[in-house]
Order: sequence, then structure tokens, then C-alpha cells
Amino acid sequence: MPEIRVTPLGAGQDVGRSCILVSIGGKNVMLDCGMHMGFNDDRRFPDFSYITRNGRLTDFLDCVIISHFHLDHCGALPYFSEMVGYDGPVYMTHPTQAICPILLEDYRKIAVDKKGEANFFTSQMIKDCMKKVVAVHLHQTVQVDEELQIKAYYAGHVLGAAMFQIKVGSESVVYTGDYNMTPDRHLGAAWIDKCRPTLLITESTYATTIRDSKRCRERDFLKKVHETVERGGKVLIPVFALGRAQELCILLETFWERMNLKAPIYFSTGLTEKANHYYKLFITWTNQKIRKTFVQRNMFEFKHIKAFDRAFADNPGPMVVFATPGMLHAGQSLQIFRKWAGNEKNMVIMPGYCVQGTVGHKILSGQRKLEMEGRQVLEVRMQVEYMSFSAHADAKGIMQLVGQAEPESVLLVHGEAKKMEFLKQKIEQEFRVSCYMPANGETVTLPTSPSIPVGISLGLLKREMAQGLLPDAKKPRLLHGTLIMKDSNFRLVSSEQALKELGLAEHQLRFTCRVHLHDTRKEQETAVRVYSHLKGLLKDHCVQHLPDGSVTVESILIQAAAHSEDPGTKVLLVSWTYQCRMKSWAATSRPCSRRVCPQPPAEAADGSGRAARGPVLYSRTQSVPRSSLCTCAAPAGHGLHLWGHHQCHMPAKWPVWAEKINNPWRPLHILFLLLGWDVHLQ
Amino acid sequence: MAAHLKKRVYEEFTKVVQQQQEEIATKKLRLTKPSKSAALHIDLCKATSPADALQYLLQFARKPVEAESVEGVVRILLEHYYKENDPSVRLKIASLLGLLSKTAGFSPDCIMDDAINILQNEKSHQVLAQLLDTLLAIGTKLPENQAIQMRLVDVACKHLTDTSHGVRNKCLQLLGNLGSLEKSVTKDTEGLAVRDVQKIIGDYFSDQDPRVRTAAIKAMLQLHERGLKLHQTIYNQACKLLSDDYEQVRSAAVQLIWVVSQLYPESIVPIPSSNEEIRLVDDAFGKICHMVSDGSWVVRVQAAKLLGSMEQVSSHFLEQTLDKKLMSDLRRKRTAHERAKELYSSGEFSSGRKWGDDAPKEEIDTGAVNLIESGACGAFVHGLEDEMYEVRIAAVEALCMLAQSSPSFAEKCLDFLVDMFNDEIEEVRLQSIHTMRKISNNITLREDQLDTVLAVLEDSSRDIREALHELLCCTNVSTKEGIHLALVELLKNLTKYPTDRDSIWKCLKFLGSRHPTLVLPLVPELLSTHPYFDTAEPDMDDPAYIAVLVLIFNAAKTCPTMPALFSDHTFRHYAYLRDSLSHLVPALRFLQQSLERVYSLQHLDPQGTQELLEFTIRDLQRLGELQSELAGVADFSAAYLRCQLLLIKALQEKLWNVAAPLYVKQSDLASAAAKQIMEETYKMEFMYSGVENKQVVIIHHMRLQAKALQLIVTARTTRGVDPLFGMCEKFLQEVDFFQRCFIADLPHLQDSFVDKLLDLMPRLMTSKPAEVVKILQTMLRQSTFLHLPLPEQIHKASATIIEPAGESDNPLRFTSGLVVALDVDATLEHVQDPQNTVKVQVLYPDGQAQMIHPKPSDFRNPGPGRHRLITQVYLSHSAWTEPCQVEVRLLLAYNSNSRIPKSPWIEAGEIPSQAETSIEGTIPFSKSVKVYIMPKPARR
Repeated sequence: MPEIRVTPLGAGQDVGRSCILVSIGGKNVMLDCGMHMGFNDDRRFPDFSYITRNGRLTDFLDCVIISHFHLDHCGALPYFSEMVGYDGPVYMTHPTQAICPILLEDYRKIAVDKKGEANFFTSQMIKDCMKKVVAVHLHQTVQVDEELQIKAYYAGHVLGAAMFQIKVGSESVVYTGDYNMTPDRHLGAAWIDKCRPTLLITESTYATTIRDSKRCRERDFLKKVHETVERGGKVLIPVFALGRAQELCILLETFWERMNLKAPIYFSTGLTEKANHYYKLFITWTNQKIRKTFVQRNMFEFKHIKAFDRAFADNPGPMVVFATPGMLHAGQSLQIFRKWAGNEKNMVIMPGYCVQGTVGHKILSGQRKLEMEGRQVLEVRMQVEYMSFSAHADAKGIMQLVGQAEPESVLLVHGEAKKMEFLKQKIEQEFRVSCYMPANGETVTLPTSPSIPVGISLGLLKREMAQGLLPDAKKPRLLHGTLIMKDSNFRLVSSEQALKELGLAEHQLRFTCRVHLHDTRKEQETAVRVYSHLKGLLKDHCVQHLPDGSVTVESILIQAAAHSEDPGTKVLLVSWTYQCRMKSWAATSRPCSRRVCPQPPAEAADGSGRAARGPVLYSRTQSVPRSSLCTCAAPAGHGLHLWGHHQCHMPAKWPVWAEKINNPWRPLHILFLLLGWDVHLQ
Repeated sequence: MAAHLKKRVYEEFTKVVQQQQEEIATKKLRLTKPSKSAALHIDLCKATSPADALQYLLQFARKPVEAESVEGVVRILLEHYYKENDPSVRLKIASLLGLLSKTAGFSPDCIMDDAINILQNEKSHQVLAQLLDTLLAIGTKLPENQAIQMRLVDVACKHLTDTSHGVRNKCLQLLGNLGSLEKSVTKDTEGLAVRDVQKIIGDYFSDQDPRVRTAAIKAMLQLHERGLKLHQTIYNQACKLLSDDYEQVRSAAVQLIWVVSQLYPESIVPIPSSNEEIRLVDDAFGKICHMVSDGSWVVRVQAAKLLGSMEQVSSHFLEQTLDKKLMSDLRRKRTAHERAKELYSSGEFSSGRKWGDDAPKEEIDTGAVNLIESGACGAFVHGLEDEMYEVRIAAVEALCMLAQSSPSFAEKCLDFLVDMFNDEIEEVRLQSIHTMRKISNNITLREDQLDTVLAVLEDSSRDIREALHELLCCTNVSTKEGIHLALVELLKNLTKYPTDRDSIWKCLKFLGSRHPTLVLPLVPELLSTHPYFDTAEPDMDDPAYIAVLVLIFNAAKTCPTMPALFSDHTFRHYAYLRDSLSHLVPALRFLQQSLERVYSLQHLDPQGTQELLEFTIRDLQRLGELQSELAGVADFSAAYLRCQLLLIKALQEKLWNVAAPLYVKQSDLASAAAKQIMEETYKMEFMYSGVENKQVVIIHHMRLQAKALQLIVTARTTRGVDPLFGMCEKFLQEVDFFQRCFIADLPHLQDSFVDKLLDLMPRLMTSKPAEVVKILQTMLRQSTFLHLPLPEQIHKASATIIEPAGESDNPLRFTSGLVVALDVDATLEHVQDPQNTVKVQVLYPDGQAQMIHPKPSDFRNPGPGRHRLITQVYLSHSAWTEPCQVEVRLLLAYNSNSRIPKSPWIEAGEIPSQAETSIEGTIPFSKSVKVYIMPKPARR
């Protein structure tokens, strides 16, 4: 049984250390390779020994995909590729490829130089690791090997963040990474087409939140900064170097520009300058406004934002400073904070959450006296503000994405279990698709019903299409033909061709029926009577009297013979082939092959089972999906009945279809006519 | 939809024009080429390869064909069509057939049979599609012929099952354009069963090709546009299409749903998966709202636009569009807007934000939360946050339209509009400010909202600031703090951008007159008066102080207690401002009566003497200066009276009583008067907006009199008959022209100059010039003074050049022969179509004059009736020895044709004769400004 297996090594009912293993169509893909912020021991990296105990990872994994450059999505990559050992390809987008090594290097420095950890990856390892990277463009379909292909979609969130579609044959998985459905000042909104994946793996950080309009937040932020600057105060904004920092920079830069403000804005140096450079380069990854105006001016070439120097902090007059790190626990932001905290004209704005124990957390929870190193007590007089600028999709956004992609099932990662539970329930309820939320190390197995491609000759397809009365998009449709299985490939051909290929002779089925007439005249006379009777009744049809005494009504043959026992009784032999019947239907219905024909709809419709029904061979009913003209897929529920099975698969639509056939006359009617029954032609 | 219809009308109109041109061209062609069809035939026979034939056909298609020979050409084309094996040539022929059948004056019913014939034998899908297109052209050409329409519909139905999407597309288009409107038309046409076009088209909503699906929906919309009432059953079909994979299908489906919702707003539809039912328009609204978060921005724009025109939606649904139902960790959360409102109502203004200030409150029942498809929920919140500014603009426009029809919604959407003032794209900001202005009648701004609005005053874009001033002009403010805040911010704006002076003053004028009671308690503070002590007198030239005074004086107009709070110098300043800035400072007493006097002008004694006229003119002028609302009427009447006065004066010259040769000198005066009257009449005609036909007649009449005067004077002063002969004839032509143009108004002109003139016309036509002059002279004297009926609304076009200010003593130096750009900034009031009429004139000291046509994009439209011209004028001159002044002024160009009423009987053929009499000219309508310039000789 084919199946898709998903095992999160990290990010299963958890945030951080994103790493998800996916097996699809016999291919193994690892999605993201992140580290966990909360741990400093082995637990910070995913347990790669799960993948294979002995044996090389490269043999087991077909590729690794990194969704974006945040460390909880790429932090373990050098460890994984260089220290554990993986030589296969690593896919990521161009901006991620550019910025990722900067962040990894920074992370390494803090771990090794500051915390003094041993057995950590080295700078060289980062470089070697990046050599294995294959960069992809948005919407570019990359063929990893003959069967496995991946494609990146825009995800918002941070510069270069992407969602990936992994496809093997007709099965596909979409992994969203982190994404944002509302655009912001420098990035657009995530977008995916209706790719209808088998499985959608989505993040669920804000599974239980519906966020307010971003405009209020922006306005509040700008107003606070503006008021403080006008008062002559200084504003400190502690940020992490990448992502939100650029968003706030753009926000302030455009505001300064618009309002013609003169107060200086500084950016503490370091990482950011390098990163800003990449922001300037990857303009195509930004939002509409920046993309459209970069010809006149690249928005990331800040006019008002200058590099910060330690000495500037003591300058008089208003200023705004962005400083790292974001939680005020160390470094430049803390230094500046100490200098400015005493003045109530100044302000500090925290643009994100702060971990417990950091200075940021303390001041946000209202503490006004801080104990610093060396038993100093710092009194905080400056205003403390909190603004949340988060770039994850909220519950509505997640639902929107699910609606856009129309997956067959959903799997939640990157969120808290309790919140996932709620979203899972909602997804199941509103989209009626199954939803999973495996914990780390837990495997989800999804059985799939693979579609089997069947080749069909264009001639047959066109012929069958022309028969259709009404266009019927997306609906399965009946198609008549012969399925030939040969050398593990399937072909659907017309029955004539099938006969030819198989070297079989055609058998003609004729149905006969005897009608006993009480008539004392000679056979010839009876025939003449029948002839004239029919001639009178069936004016529109070709009724002929043949020299051998038989009468034909088109291809129906009527012969009169004397009864062997009773000379006063004549036996009328009425004989018809299916072929002839079908021919007469041809105007309104479909032609049918001689060997294979469907359940005769006429009888099914009028329900008069008087006539003997000949043995009927059933053809397979085959549905043709609209999109693929040359392959036939039988969706689940439509059984594929092979030639020779004496089993009829009768779609529920048959009677309806038969009713539509307004056949003017049938062989049965001829019988009835002969018997003198009054049968109304419909 | 209406715009769409309009577009169609416009398209058809242009087609007609083109055909006329073709006709004119064919007249020339006929001379050179006797038979087009023959030539074509020879060409096509010569063609050896399909490529050749195609070339000939292409060449042929470039020239128009006259209506008479169309049929012959068609026959030849058809003949070749049958012979031709190459599908591309057949395609071209088919397209030519369509083109030819559109020829004006040609009735294509004769070629229809052939077209249908060849259609039946055609195998190529492309050619088939083109042939159907041809049939469509034929069908639209013969809208009355029911039988043909039926037949074409039949053909279309037959080909609907074609495998090519192109053919099906065209068939559907044909059905949409020609499908019969009445269902039971012709049972007599045998074999053609009556077809339910809607049903047939509806079946193709589920075609396998998205292009065909789109075409089907478009055909359905086309049926609607042609007046066929769509069935309600289509609604369900269309709803299914909303989840189509292709954006063009979804986009068209949204339109269709909108159409149906407008047709059956009140019918009831069930809500799936529940027993409830709602109105169709509400359901449709919910569905379109859902499309605002579609994956494709084209669909989003379409949906957002259509939302605005769904006015029948119940308010309950409408208000949902602004509510996103926030939650955090499954607990309900209030929006920032709600919190701001609460803060405000609790009396605390702008507190510092704490962490957890926005902490969620009560728990939500998890079962009750509906994350998608909660109808209209939050549609506008999403629309206004959209990534594409096109969607945001559409959403703002829709908000505007809905808010205009629902005051309660206007109140609710205010917060969102205010938020849009901070959008990153200027266009969106501007649009939201304009929107706010349009709905401002329905709303009162809260203080915190006002605060946000006022913050935008610092914007560096002039357009934004001016739009905001306009907005403040018509805003309702609820508290006196609000007024104070607005004043403070406006003054801040004034110091930051001094060029905004006029706009700010005007804004304060309206702010004051709207909120007199709120200004009252602020007066002592604003004027910094003290109950016991005299304070220093502020500087009268300070723009900020003037701004404050404008606010106060306008408030005082309706608040009689306020002047008691003024100090002495305030009254003095009032007098000063009333005189210098009369348009900003209202008259505080007794000027209302003068209004009546202007209107009583009509009852003026027609035999009024010169003095009376003079007095009246003087009064009118003064009145115009004082009452800006009446300035237009006053000036207009004064100009007319001045003309009359000049005419009377001229006729009283002694010149007439004495033998001609003796009074050459005085005749100057009379001819000058004639000239001046002419000028005045042009001014009257073109410088005022709101002039109606009645006035135009009188003006033209006056001009005619002036021309008569001119003729008489010339007759008196020139010797010899020859020039006179021509003048007479010209004058008579003009009289004739006058009669033709204003025949409808002639009954109103009894006893007037023209009335008498027309009586004597037959005699005048035959008499000699000398006699004509004599008759004219007596008639001029005898004619009565015509009443000038005053129009309802009349405004004089005026312009003020703000920049260059003309005060600088520093000459603008530039190298001679090169150009220097001079920034010109002017406000124009009541100028119609300024893009075409307003010109800038530069007069050099050597008498050289230069006329500059500003670009259309240099004109902005800040408010109704007002324009702003910001342009650059390039100056250049050869070198001067010393700096000198050039004059810059604005001119109003006119063309006398534009005002002549078009009577139905004036045939197109007579246009040239009109053109002869048309006069183009310019009227200076601004004060000229002197600019000091110095072209230096170029250095070698």
C-alpha cells in the first residue's frame, strides 16, 4: 500500500528545532534542520540517529530543504552535514543562502567564543556546508532526481522565506515553514496556488489567535516615537539583527521622509549592516511598494538611518537608536539602556517577547528598580513601551492558506499542543479533511490512493468527447474502450484497435426472437404482409423486401417460416445485432463496439423485460479527469474492473442517462408492431 | 457595471465617426479606382502561393471599400474561399468578411447565407471561430431582423459542442449578443425550436476549459446588459464558480453574482448546512466579501469594488465587515480601536502602554469560533490590509460608497479610514482623505481620531496636506479641546510649510463658522486677553495671528455674544482684515440688504440715464468686492451695464449729427467703444462659469450691436464704397447666423435691435451699403435696453499667481540663449476645463510675448470649482545689459464655437460656415507678476 510517512524530529507540538522527515513515494526528504533556543545540551539539535543508526545519511535522504534563515530552521545544518555527515543536496532560496551563513557564524561565535563550548562546528564547516546548497527561485520546479521535484512559493515572514511543494508522481506534500498571510512594510503576503497537495504541513504558532489590524500597531508605534522625539527625548529600540529590525527601519524611514523630521536615527552596527546589504539586493522578494519604487530609490538605502557609534549615545537632543540584542540582556542595547534609563523624557520600545530573567522582561513587567552587576541599582524613569510585531500567520491566516491550497489532509507543526488541538478541530470541521499533529518522534502514516496513468489514443479521446451531450467539468465521465495491460503499462484503445493488436477475430452477436403468428398463408405471402404492414407503419425507415423472401428494416432481419408442426402457424424470426441497434441510436447516443457493450440502457429504462436479453458483456467504465487529457485515472470509488471479470459496475447515473435517450424505435418495437400491439413510439 | 455600459456606448459612438471618415475617403478613391472588386479578383488570381494571396488580402484590407461595391467584393472573396486550401488565407478572408459587413450603408443580410454555408463545411477550428465572429458582426448589424437572429443563434448552438475552446467561446459570445430577449418569438420559423438561451449558456458554466467558462459568464452578463432578465437559478451556478481554479472565471463570477443580487435582492436563499434562510443580497454580499481574501489580486480588486455598490445589504452584515472577532489564546480580545474608544470615554487620554494592556479578557467557547466563511466577517479589515495597493484603493472606495448610504456604518468605518492615513502609498492616503471628506457629513470625530488625522498635517506632500485642509473644512468636531488641537496643529503646519497659508486660513474659516459655540470658550485664550490687564497688540502681519482671527471672526458671525470678548485692537484688526481679506472674513452686520439690490437690477428702468448706469456699476463693483458669494453676479451684471453704457455714450457722440469728414477725431471714441464692448462681451461669455443659454443670447446680441456700431463708424470715417461693401455683407451674414443659432430665443427679444433688424432683413439684403448703414443707425438708436436675466449660479473665473511672488530684487540670472525654468504656482477658481483653456503668457520688455501651454498633469483639483496650476515656464532671451522685468500672467483661451448651442437642424455640412465666424482669442484673467531676470552673455 503506498503511503506518505511524516515524522517530526523537532517542531512536533513544539516551537523551535524544526526538523521534519517526510517519506513520499519511496523518497525521503528532510524539511528544515533547526536548533532549539531553549537548550544548551544535546537536545538543542534534532536526534539525527533516528534517521539511520548505521549507514550514511546521504544514502537514506534524497534531499534537505531549508525554508528560511531563522536559526530554529537552519541552525543545525552545519552540524548535520559536516559533523553527522550528509553529502546530498540542500535546497534553499537565494536570500536564505546568502544570509544563512552570517547567522550561523554569529551563532557559532556566541556558542564557542562567549560560552566556550567545545565540539561545536567551526567556521570552515559552515563554509563547507554552504557549498552543498542548491539555490532555487520562486515558482521554479527543481527536479531533484527523476521522480522527486520541489517548487518554492513565497511565504512572507522574513526575506527569502519560502514554502516548498515536494512532489513525487501524483502525490505531493507542501511544507509551509513559517509564513505570514498579512503583508507588512517590507514583505508581501504568503501565496500558494490551488495545488491540491496530498498533505499540507503547516506551522501553527498562532493557532488560537486572531490578530488585530497591523495598522493600529504601526500607528501607535510611530506616534510614540514621534511624540518622544518632539519632546526632545531619545528612543531606544532593542531588536534582533534581522527580520523585524528591517521592518521597523522601513517604517521609521518612510515616516521620517513623510513628516520631514530631522532627528537622527541610528542603527547599531554588526550583523545588520551586512544583512541590509542583502536586503538591498533581493528586492524581488519584498513587497509591492518597495519593488515598484526601487528604480527611483532603493528603500533599504536609508537616508535617515545612519550607523551608530558608541559616542553618539551621549549626544544631546533627540535621537532614535536600534540596538542589538532584542531582549536587553547584554551588549550594546543594554549599555545604551543604562545611559538613558534615568531620564523620563526617554523611551524604550520592546518590539517582541522577552524571555524571563532578561532585563527586557523585568522592565516590561513593571519593575522600576533594577539590580545590575556590581550591586548597582538602576532606577528606570524612562517610559517603557511594548509593541508586538510578529510575522506569523494567525488562525484566520492559516485557515486561509489551507483554503487556498485545498489539501487532502493537514499536519500541524511548530506550535503548542494545546493550541494545535483547537486548530485541528477547526480544520476538520470546516474543511472536512483529516488533520494530524504528531509529537516529536511520532510517525504519521497516510495511506494514499495512487492514480495509475493510462495512455489513451487521441483519436479515441476525441471521438468520445464528441459524444458528450453537455460539458461537464471536473465530473468523472464514462468512456468506452478496451484496456490493454502489456509490459506494465496501461493503454486505453478503441475496441477495433484492440482486436487488431490482440489478433482476435470479431464475433457478432445476434439476438433472435421467434414470434408465432397464426397465419395459414404461405411464407412468402406472410412476408409480403409483414413487409407492407411495416412499410405502412415505419415511413421514415428503410424497409426492404429481399428477393429471398426476408424483410429487412434497416439492419433488422425478419424471416417468415412455416411452423414445423402446425402448418397454420407461421414463425417469424426477428434477428438483430447489437451493432444495428447501436447504429440506430447513433444520432442520440454513443456507438458501441461489437464485442463490448454497455448494459443496454433502453431496456433498463422502459423496464419491459419481455424480450430475451442476450448475454451482455460489460465494458469498463473509465473516468476522464478534465485536466489530463492523455492519462486516465480512476479515482477512488470507481473500481477498475478488468476484462473478463463478470461483474458489472453500474454507476448510479445510468438510469438518468438512459432516460435522455429518445430513441424513436427499437427492435423490440418491431416485434410489438408485428404482434399488432399498440406501441406508441416515444 | 454602469461604467461598463457607458464604455460600450462610447465605443459605438467612435465607430460611427470612423465610418464617416471612411466615407469621405472613399469619394476620393472612386476617382482613381473604378472597380475595387475587379482589382481584387485579378490580384487573387495572380497569387501563386498562399503567402502571396495573404499579402494581397492584407494590402486590400488597408483601404476602405465603398458601400456599393461591398457585395461584389464579398462574392469574389467567397469564391476564393471555396477554392482555397490554406487555412490561414481562409482565416483572413473570414475576417475580411466580418470587416466588410461592418461597412456603413451596407446591409449584410445578403451574405449571411453564404457565411453560414461555408461555416458548415469548414474544418479548421481557427477559421470556424473567425467565421462565427463574422456572423456576430453581421448579427449586430441587423438587430431588428428576428429571423436572422434566430438563425444565427441556431448556428451558434450547433457549434457549441465543438472541441476547440475558441469556437465555443465565439458561439457563447454570439449567444450573449444575439440571444433573443423574448422567449416566445417565432414559432413560425419551422424547425427552430425556441431555445432558452440562458439555459444553454448556463450549461457551459461547467465547461472543461476555463476560457469557455469565462466566455459563458461574460455572455450571461452581456444578456443582462441587453436587458434580458436573468433567472434566479443562475445564482447557485455562479456561486459554485467562485471556487473555480482560474482567476478570470472567479472574477467574472463575482460580477455575475453581483448582477443577480441586484436583480433579486429580496428573495430568500437557504444557508447550507442549517435551516436558516437569508436574503439573497446578504448572501451574495457574504460571498463577495469572502472573495476579498481570494488568492488572486485581480479577483480581490473586483470583489472590493463591487462591495461598494451593494447598498441594500442589511446593516448587520455591513458592520460585520469591520469586525474580525479578535482572540488570543482562545480568549476574546478587544481591538485597538475599541480600547482607544474606551480609554477616551473613561476620561483618560493617551495612557502609556503597558505590557499586557491588550491582555485578552473572557474565554471563548471553542465551538462557537468560526475561522472561515463567517460571512462578511472582517472583509474590509482584510481589504484595507492587502498587499496590493489596487485592492486597498478599491476597498477605500467601497467603504466610501457604503458609508455615504449608511450613517451608522460611516461612524464605524471611521477608525479604519483614519488608519489608512498612514498607508505607505501616497495615492491610498490621498484617497482615504478624500473619502473621509465625502462622508464627513455623517460623522463627528472623536478627539483621539482627530489627533491621528491632524498628525498627517506634517506630511511633506503638498497634495496630502491640502486634501487634509479640505477635510478639516467640513469636519464636525465634538469638543473645544478638539478645536484647540486642530488650531494648534494647523499653526504648526503653517510654521513648517508657510506656503500653505491660504489653504490653512480657508480651513480655519470653515472650522470657525461650523463650531461657533466651541470656539467661544477659547476666545480669551486665543486672543490672550486678560480680564484686568491690557496685553500687547499682536503683529498684524503675522500669518498665525491672522489664522486665529479668521477662526474667531467666522465663529462670531453666528455667535452674537462673542464680540464682547474682543479688545479694542481686535476690532481694528477686524476692519483691516475685512478689507484686505474679505473672502476670509465675513461681514458681521448689514450687508444682506445689498443682495436684493442686485436682483432688483432687472426692474431697472430701461430708459435709465447714463448717470444711473454709472452709479449702479460702481455699486455693483463695490458689492462684488465685499461679498465674495455675489462677486460673480455683480461683476457679470456690471460688465453688461458697462457695455450698455458704452453703447449709449457712443451713440450720443456728436459725430452722428455732423457731416462725416469733420469728425474724424471723435470717431476714435466711438470705435474704441465698439471695440471695448466686443472685449467685454467675450469676457462675459467665457470668463464666467454657469452662464446659461439665455445670457448667451443677450451677450451675442450686445456683440451684434457693437458690430453694427463698428460698421456705422467705419462707414462714416472711410471713404469709398468698396471696403464698406464687404463689411456690410459680413455683417448681414452674422445677423443671419445669429438668427439661425438663437431662433428658439428670438421671441424673448421683442423690440430689440435684432428683432427690428430681422423685420427689415429682406430690404437690407437688397440695399446698397450706404442705405444699410443708415437703417442700422436709426435702429441702434431706437432699440430698447434688454433685460439681462441673472443666472442662478455664476462665478467669475479668476486666477491668482502665488509664485513667482514678484517681490524679489535678485534677478534670475542665466546665460543668454539657454533656458531658465521659472516655477509658476497659481490657484484658479471657477475655470472650466483648465487643461485646455489656461495658458501662461510671458511678456518680455521688448514687447515679445510668449504663450506657454501647461501640461494637463500640472493641474490639480483640490476641491470643487478650484484648480491649482503648478508648472514650470521656460524663459529664454538674448543677452541684456541690465536686469529687467518680464511679466508673467495667465490667459484664458476661448473659442466662440464652443458656446454656440447646437440646434438639431444645423447639419454637419454647415460646420465650415460656423468655423468662419468662430473667433479664438485669449482673455487675461490674472494680475500679471513681474519677474526680474538677467540673461547674461555667454562666456567664451
